[in-house]
Amino acid sequence: MTVSLDPSLKTAPPAVMTARNVFTVGVIAILALVPVYAYATGQTFSVALFTRTIILAIGAVSLNLIMGYGGMVSFGQAAYLGIGGYAVGILAKEGIGSGFVQWPVAIVASALYALVVGALSLRTRGVYFIMITLAFAQMIYYVAIGLDRYGGDDGLTIYKRSTFGGVIDLNNKVVFYYHCLAILLASIYLIARLVNSRFGLALRGTQSNERRMRAIGFPTFRYKLVAFVISGALCGLAGALLANHTSFISPAIMHWTRSGDLIVMVVLGGLGSLFGPVIGAVVFLLLQEGLSRVTEFPDLILGPVLLLVAIYVHGGIGGLLEGRGRG
Amino acid sequence: MLYFLEQCLNGIQLGMLLFLLAAGLTLVFGIMDLVNLAHGSLYMLGAYFAATFATVTGSFTLAIILALLASLVAGMVLEVIAIRPLYRRSHLDQVLGTFGLILFFNELVRLVWGPEGRTLSLPSEMLSAVQVLPGVYYPIYRLVIIGASLAVAGLLYVLVMRTRLGMLVRAGASNREMVGALGINIKLLYTLVFGLGAALAGFAGVMQAPILTVQIGMGENILILAFVVIIIGGIGSIRGAFVAAVIVGLIDTLGRSFLPDLLHLVLSNSAAQTLGPSLSSMSIYMLMAAILVFRPEGLFPAASR
Repeated sequence: MTVSLDPSLKTAPPAVMTARNVFTVGVIAILALVPVYAYATGQTFSVALFTRTIILAIGAVSLNLIMGYGGMVSFGQAAYLGIGGYAVGILAKEGIGSGFVQWPVAIVASALYALVVGALSLRTRGVYFIMITLAFAQMIYYVAIGLDRYGGDDGLTIYKRSTFGGVIDLNNKVVFYYHCLAILLASIYLIARLVNSRFGLALRGTQSNERRMRAIGFPTFRYKLVAFVISGALCGLAGALLANHTSFISPAIMHWTRSGDLIVMVVLGGLGSLFGPVIGAVVFLLLQEGLSRVTEFPDLILGPVLLLVAIYVHGGIGGLLEGRGRG
Repeated sequence: MLYFLEQCLNGIQLGMLLFLLAAGLTLVFGIMDLVNLAHGSLYMLGAYFAATFATVTGSFTLAIILALLASLVAGMVLEVIAIRPLYRRSHLDQVLGTFGLILFFNELVRLVWGPEGRTLSLPSEMLSAVQVLPGVYYPIYRLVIIGASLAVAGLLYVLVMRTRLGMLVRAGASNREMVGALGINIKLLYTLVFGLGAALAGFAGVMQAPILTVQIGMGENILILAFVVIIIGGIGSIRGAFVAAVIVGLIDTLGRSFLPDLLHLVLSNSAAQTLGPSLSSMSIYMLMAAILVFRPEGLFPAASR
């Protein structure tokens, strides 16, 4: 199968100083400097807020791979956060504290679950796909509630963060923060390589016209399934980080609104752009945090904002910065 | 055996409730091609309306009627203000927009009614149980729910299959542009259909209010069950929604009551205790997966989709 693809599908060499790029670099720079600022001003709580932001951004980046490049709107991404988190929590409770075991288990378990869900859900498309991924995530949510040995509804406290043989000490907040940031940047790099590879081009081709891709001989189901599994695995890693961050895991981590939050982040930041999910995560979580400080009823404002974004904004914040906002 | 019969009735009652929700969802999706996550919010609003009107008027029947009307109006107003601009957007944008609406309605309810749940007490004549079979007693009110929902299902069938409005609804489902081109006021039709869906959801909420606590977020978990019903039944098909709702209601209820005991027969005590609750809550999703393997479009796929 040596089909040559239209070279124009490759991302055009971008102009460097666009508003969007400047904004992206700004956001990354801010993220890199958060601990410095926090300790200089004594506002150490902001390290925790941004650690959480970065971890959820990894989840959003993983969702963007299938939603932004593969056209698969998954409403069940939080399930992998939960599986990754529970992998860490359950292993810790059973006395296995090494991250060298916990994290690979988190990734592999999420990948396997994604393989099963993907194999079933990808037989359908469109709105069926949205609802089915939602339903499967809800199933895992109920399974977690039924896990009496691991806290059931109340959740499970994780008494020790993952250990890495003394090489990296995750108990240090700043170390943990930069660790998460490094994983975020690495995952964006991974996605960048992936979507510009032959695999990524085929995936994007499938998004724009699946029938044509099949006609020229691409097994589109397999391409989509592989992307779905990679996405689940990456999100499982984010779940492992989240469990380490909160030192606690409960079914709430995969409540369906969490899947909705991840979708919001991706769409807000700009679907199918590499750094979009990061921008979306930062903006969404800061907006949430900011609104809850000024009003007792933050969602009364946040909800309509999301509705307006859905109606009027094309391509999220990235799109707005490129001046193709309204459409 | 008697317990089994009772659980079957409970399952049918849950199924009826799911049908009321799923019918509205599937109508709105079939005709307007709209994914409405906020459907559960209308269910929640219906229950709150009923609780409030019952306190204000002191009459249970009056409360139900008023709550039903209020749900209808709320749905139509919502359609005109917020839903209409979403029709032409992608499904993803619709998910985003209606997700925003859920956040909004949950917060609005917290603002208006406060964070505590409400209860709606039944009139005394509904509190007793009747003998449905020799030795089987069943609460009257639950029978009323089953009866009322069946009546609504029948009315819906007549409305869709036997009236001019229903004809337009069916025509709209198979070819929207053509209906518009024939001079039908499609905007008004959409508003009516959305209002009808809202009234059905509100009715489900009203019926359920005396059994459950009326609380914020009550519509969300049941909405996902309604999604499962639609997937199994086939999107856009009311008949499919009815059949699937009964199946899902029965399997969910019976699974929860009997699966743990069945597991005891084949597994050790502790394993059964661990697995039982998890497996029984998984049962309907496994059913959904199984049906998808054989019929990706659901049991009764709507003709053109």
